[in-house]
Amino acid sequence: MLLSMQGISKAFAGVAALKSASLEVEPAEVMALVGQNGAGKSTLIKILTGVYRRDAGDITFDGKPVDFTMPAEAQSAGIATIYQEINLAPQRSVAENIYLSREPKRFGMIDHAAMRRGAAAVLQTFNLAIDADRPVAHFDAATRQMVAIARAVTQNARLVIMDEPTSSLDEREVAVLFETIRTLKRSGVAVIFIGHRLDELYAICDRVTIMRDGQTVAKSPMADMPKMALVRHMLGKELAAFQAMAPDQDVPERPVRLAVDKAGAGVRVRDVSLNVREGEISGLAGLLGSGRTETARLIFGADRMQSGTITMDGRARAYREPADAIADGIGLVSEDRKIDGIVPDMSIRENMTLALLPKLKKAGIVDRARQDEIVTKYIRALGVKCASPDQPIKELSGGNQQKVLLARWLATDPRVLIIDEPTRGIDIGAKSQILKLLRSLADDGLSVLMISSELEELLAAADRVTVLSDGTSVATLPRRELSEAALLAAMAHQVE
Amino acid sequence: MQTLLRPFAIKSPGDLARIGVILALAGLILFGALRYDNFLSPFNILSFLRYNSMFALIALGMAFVIITGGIDLSVGGTAAMASVVAALLSPYHWAAGLLGGMAAGLAVGALNGFIITKMRIQPFIATLATMLAAYGTGLLLANNQSVSVSYDTGFTVIGQDDFLGFPIPAWIGLVAYLLGWLVLEKLPVGRHILAIGDGEATAGLMGLKVERTLAAVYLASGTLAGLAGVILASQFGAGQPTEGVGWELFAIASVVVGGTLLTGGSGSVGATLAGALLLAMVFNILNFENGLGWISLSAYWQSVIRGAFLLVVVVLQAKLMTRQRSG
Ligand SMILES: Nc1ncnc2c1ncn2[C@@H]1O[C@H](COP(=O)(O)OP(=O)(O)O)[C@@H](O)[C@H]1O
Ligand SMILES: [Mg+2]
Repeated sequence: MLLSMQGISKAFAGVAALKSASLEVEPAEVMALVGQNGAGKSTLIKILTGVYRRDAGDITFDGKPVDFTMPAEAQSAGIATIYQEINLAPQRSVAENIYLSREPKRFGMIDHAAMRRGAAAVLQTFNLAIDADRPVAHFDAATRQMVAIARAVTQNARLVIMDEPTSSLDEREVAVLFETIRTLKRSGVAVIFIGHRLDELYAICDRVTIMRDGQTVAKSPMADMPKMALVRHMLGKELAAFQAMAPDQDVPERPVRLAVDKAGAGVRVRDVSLNVREGEISGLAGLLGSGRTETARLIFGADRMQSGTITMDGRARAYREPADAIADGIGLVSEDRKIDGIVPDMSIRENMTLALLPKLKKAGIVDRARQDEIVTKYIRALGVKCASPDQPIKELSGGNQQKVLLARWLATDPRVLIIDEPTRGIDIGAKSQILKLLRSLADDGLSVLMISSELEELLAAADRVTVLSDGTSVATLPRRELSEAALLAAMAHQVE
Repeated sequence: MQTLLRPFAIKSPGDLARIGVILALAGLILFGALRYDNFLSPFNILSFLRYNSMFALIALGMAFVIITGGIDLSVGGTAAMASVVAALLSPYHWAAGLLGGMAAGLAVGALNGFIITKMRIQPFIATLATMLAAYGTGLLLANNQSVSVSYDTGFTVIGQDDFLGFPIPAWIGLVAYLLGWLVLEKLPVGRHILAIGDGEATAGLMGLKVERTLAAVYLASGTLAGLAGVILASQFGAGQPTEGVGWELFAIASVVVGGTLLTGGSGSVGATLAGALLLAMVFNILNFENGLGWISLSAYWQSVIRGAFLLVVVVLQAKLMTRQRSG
């Protein structure tokens, strides 16, 4: 056994990120480490390499107990790591980045010629024709990722860790990376490969370790782990906590309000088609990295569409920026409330009417009476639990914050509401409230496109679910065909 | 052709600014040479070098600190304290004065490094505190007045004599800058210093010994300030606990004028020297201008003019950077 991590626990500010997780790697094997976003994969790696200190647990590397206190130690012990957030010094050259901390030397001085030659040679094996003297910041994300990989594989390490190395690579680059991994393997080097794309995992990995909620929930040879089972382990089940809320019946085929046809942009969205009907909740399912959020951004005009069409109420549309989409009656409640949603120190009143302020102005001044009217209406309608509209939003629970955000968009009177992970980070009770709310909004005629990673949520709330896999819409399941098994099967679908 | 031009190729945002400062320095020298009779006289050149070597030394240490993304406000206070220590030790042996002054600077630098890396205090705050402490210590040791150096042990040679026709302080500065260039451009640690300035967390993840390197940089800055203090005492014949005020600003200005970004991660030793000389040259030219008798500028007005000059340079630098970035 090359690496063994047992009973690893870690909490950040009292919140557990790892709960007795484990990981074992043999020499010359490629170990897949998989799990949903937030499962604890990156944290486990950072504990191994000494970025974080563990709260509990044992690590042995090469038969000896180890306790690295900083990445430099792990590196000199033979562990090379490509961290998820690509770590390179942006203003330094490509060659310097590849060799930083182990520069070739002559008489104690950096041998720039040898460094340049070495860098050129490695880049060549990666089919990268770039000027290694240029600062790394000069290149795009994919090239930087390849440079980080080049840096790692030239370290003569016994174990190479790659945290989501393919997220910014195209197919050709992924092929080159896989060839490199096979070469590493042949020379006895072990690789930990963290990834989400199932076809990649099955193509390159020998074994798989699955994590969920900070724990290791399954370990198995890749060949003995069917895709369905892998997805099920990753997503877990919370079905018991949920009661189905939507009527379990056939839904009538209502008119299509928003139609996306063969949308594509870059590598994340390749070929997505979906319909959102009047008064319906359409679900958008898929594994992490399957292109759900990116699809939402395309529809909303936040990213540029390169191919395909969007039709709204039968008219072809091309939104160049979100303002166009908003003017056309589309709202987007984004995934991360903290980053682009709420303004924590502002009051509920202000947060709720932020998007509406231009319309609320009378002679340049906010019309306080109308503002009050709207705020009171939505606090009551959505059941926001608060002391007063002037309470800072940060004092509310996650579920109530989400309602305020929802209200912000509803107040703009949208006809289509895209909502990305509506119940992330809020408790079960609040979850079902939010879902009920969406249902009643749909009953009033709103079209909802709900992106969700939770199968239970989709099963409970959606009238129809479109499943994405690797940037492609692979299935659309109407209510009567919706089941956990059907969703899992579609999500595990592979695009040849 | 391409390989021939490589050393001059403009590859990072700072390069253009660095070429600019050298051109500006050349222009200023040309201006002075054409306008004033004695500008290029040996006397003016030698006294210019003798006096400004102290500032150049401090600017060198500051360049390294700023490249890491930090700042060292304590250099002026450190130089003042070191000049007192050197003066007090000069009666024993010239070397006692020299090494004692440098050791005083090294001690402040070590303290800065410790506070910044181990106690994780912002460099601005840490060195502001040690600046006050260094001034205080200097005043205590000197009993609130300047301390005359010994003229018997040869201590004054360091600051006042020549070697091969050049002032010894200029030689010291030259050697320091050559070493600085060697460290930054040729030794691995120089690349590490740049990478740390580029992003401390990232540098750590890449396996660099961030704390140790940072501590060494502050240590070097303190020691160079100590050396400047020794030259101060030797050149003016006294340890001067109230000197050094504003030296840190002169040093920071030299570094910035030399095209080093205050955000860290890029910078050049040669351009820092050019920046220090450029600022000193502005001073020198103002003196000559006073000498011509057309105008008479008080020291206060000179400060104002230098400040305005610095502002112009910094604004130009910022403009260049944004153009390069977007271009
Ligand atoms: N530096 C940190 N501070 C606080 N919480 C963190 C930190 N790093 C990770 N976490 C939390 O730990 C959990 C696991 O995160 P991570 O290891 O990044 O998951 P994964 O890589 O599997 O997506 C998440 O809930 C995340 O918010
Ligand atoms: Mg991660």
